[in-house]
Amino acid sequence: MENTISHIVHRDDEASKMGMWIFIFTELLLFGGLFLVYAVFRAKYSEDFHIAAMELNAFVGTANTVILLISSMTVAMAITAIQKGDKGLSIKLLAVTLLLATFFMINKYFEWSGKIHHGLYPGSEVMLGLNRGQLLFFGLYYATTGLHALHVFIGMAILAVMLFRIKSGKITQDNFVHLENGGLYWHLVDLIWIFLFPLLYLIT
Amino acid sequence: MSGLTQEHAQPSYLDQQGKYKGLLGWIFSTDHKRIALLYLYTIVVFFLVAVVFGLLMRIELFFPGQDIMSPQTYNAMFTVHGVIMIFIIVIPGLSAVFGNFFLPILIGAKDVAFPRLNLLSWWIFLFGAILAVLSQFAGSGAPDTGWTFYVPYSAESDSNVVIALTAAFVLGFSSILTGLNFIVTIHRMRAPGMTWFRMPLFPWSLYATAWIQVLATPIVGITLLMVIAERTLHIGFFDPALGGDPILFQHLFWIYSHPAVYVMILPAMGVVTEIFPTFSQKPVFGYTAIAISSLAIAGVGYFVWGHHMFTSGMSYSARWFFSFLTFIVAVPSAIKVFNWLSTMYKGSIDLKPPLLYAISFIFLFMIGGLTGLVLGSLATNVQVHDTAFVVAHFHYIIFGGMGFGFFAGMHYWFPKMYGRMYNIKLANIAWGILFTGFNFLYFPQFVIGMQGMPRRYFDYLPQFQVGHFISSIGAFILVTGIILMIYNLIRSAHKGEVAPANPWRGSTLEWQISSPPPLENFDEIPVITGKPYQYNTDDLGNE
Repeated sequence: MENTISHIVHRDDEASKMGMWIFIFTELLLFGGLFLVYAVFRAKYSEDFHIAAMELNAFVGTANTVILLISSMTVAMAITAIQKGDKGLSIKLLAVTLLLATFFMINKYFEWSGKIHHGLYPGSEVMLGLNRGQLLFFGLYYATTGLHALHVFIGMAILAVMLFRIKSGKITQDNFVHLENGGLYWHLVDLIWIFLFPLLYLIT
Repeated sequence: MSGLTQEHAQPSYLDQQGKYKGLLGWIFSTDHKRIALLYLYTIVVFFLVAVVFGLLMRIELFFPGQDIMSPQTYNAMFTVHGVIMIFIIVIPGLSAVFGNFFLPILIGAKDVAFPRLNLLSWWIFLFGAILAVLSQFAGSGAPDTGWTFYVPYSAESDSNVVIALTAAFVLGFSSILTGLNFIVTIHRMRAPGMTWFRMPLFPWSLYATAWIQVLATPIVGITLLMVIAERTLHIGFFDPALGGDPILFQHLFWIYSHPAVYVMILPAMGVVTEIFPTFSQKPVFGYTAIAISSLAIAGVGYFVWGHHMFTSGMSYSARWFFSFLTFIVAVPSAIKVFNWLSTMYKGSIDLKPPLLYAISFIFLFMIGGLTGLVLGSLATNVQVHDTAFVVAHFHYIIFGGMGFGFFAGMHYWFPKMYGRMYNIKLANIAWGILFTGFNFLYFPQFVIGMQGMPRRYFDYLPQFQVGHFISSIGAFILVTGIILMIYNLIRSAHKGEVAPANPWRGSTLEWQISSPPPLENFDEIPVITGKPYQYNTDDLGNE
């Protein structure tokens, strides 16, 4: 009977974290495909990429980078808080993280809708009238930031679940590996943005 | 240590009663053994569907001209046959069925590292498989692009390509999760004393496979998404009219799909590596070489994808490089073959069905592998590119390799999985029919391919009649063998005589527990004190 009980409470935090890291590798490779496409077309149409990148608002991009970086910090602080047993602080910090993520998405929404308003979206008349390289740049812009935004949503959902699990006492001072994994995922979302930001907004 | 063979200490996993009863007790079970059987049944059902498609194609090719289907139907047939066979059967096949069932047992664990994730993988798999079948019937007609989904055609075809692409994406996700689970399981769950180099060789091959699943599948995932974006949003990464590049698609596709070949074959190699020592009653020859060669195949296999594209337009130096590496990757495969043969040398050979399948695996794999070198050489590739020669080559590797490896594993582990023996005589006969039919079916395709018969054509010139006719006869023989084999196994699962714990006198851990295994595999986690495959002729199982 002892075996059965030990089986139910079997817990291996190292394994959970290793699993998360491997999953993060797969996510990086998923985006890696898009980065490869970016590299190929950037080499082929560097002039067009230069012109198209001027269209993007570096200020909005920078603001979003700062927002995501701070949110990465708050999620890391939330993990430290739970390690120190401060449940309330951890919940507050996670709430701040979610708030920052929402700001990011609001910025993104205005950025996208501004472009769409000007008729700049895949398949539009305006896009088809552009040079091929510019068209591909905006195609990449929508594909990469769109896929990234999807990951922001998933990350927000994960962190929201973590918040409720801290509240209900499932994540505690000595069992916080799920929060740690959620934090790792959030850092991944941040990391990908840190690559997207210069590639799309800064290199002109 | 006879205490390890405990009868009735725990109920077997087949009888065990969990939270749910009946079917629900299976489809919601997180037990790795039940999940393995869920995969097995799903795979067998889809395999039979794809076999029927294959047979219909062979009937169409019996005689020149249109016999039973239109060209468009034929295009859909080979696409569906390919998508189902590749993404639902051969890629997940061995690791999802035998990996799930035996990996934890072979390393002395009670389950995989993430049992619930394991169940989720099956659900995702089932969802993807249903999508793949749906793409045949829903909407604007079955996809007709071939399983490779080459652009620009896949971006333009009116058929149901998006659903088929989504299915492949979903199935890839399932494959990633299985791979992730196995890597962590092997790192974290090995029994005390089981160092890396005391691990049996099937787990080694699964380990190499899992890394390919994890690191290569995302690339095809994003590529398929890009084709979907191309069709639905007109993004145009691969469309020359929009500035895109179709060759880029081929690169991205084969960066995954060539390593995927090793996802198919490596676990099959692992299975036969378990079988040769058991049926020779001799320690495996060159344990370390076999273990390392699995990793070498996985590693080098990443860098050979270009050999699918020798005629697509690549620089001479790129082609030279890919051709060279293709020859290099043959080396670790050959190392394995030599080791298997050396394992049998002067062994006490017991020619039972698993060994018959394993030996025919070597035979067919060698033909497939050596013809692969014909395709990997730049000069000969131009001659046989996109001909029936290629079709014959990859069927020898995939069906002759992975398929026969699967059948070998099925006959090897069947007594353990179901606790019953199958009819050995009938299994031998089924093997004979299968093996004969296989060679009749695929060997002529090498010949007509050399003579210039293109692949994926529904009609042909009269000079290819003889080859096609023999090939189609072979298809019927092969299908007879498959039916006989499956009949034997299904009947034996219910009515076969009760199997002992160790019918083949195997030495690895799965043979030290009762048949079928109890729910948690081991009452007490075993402590490993030596290398695997140590045979003691008078008292097996003793350390």
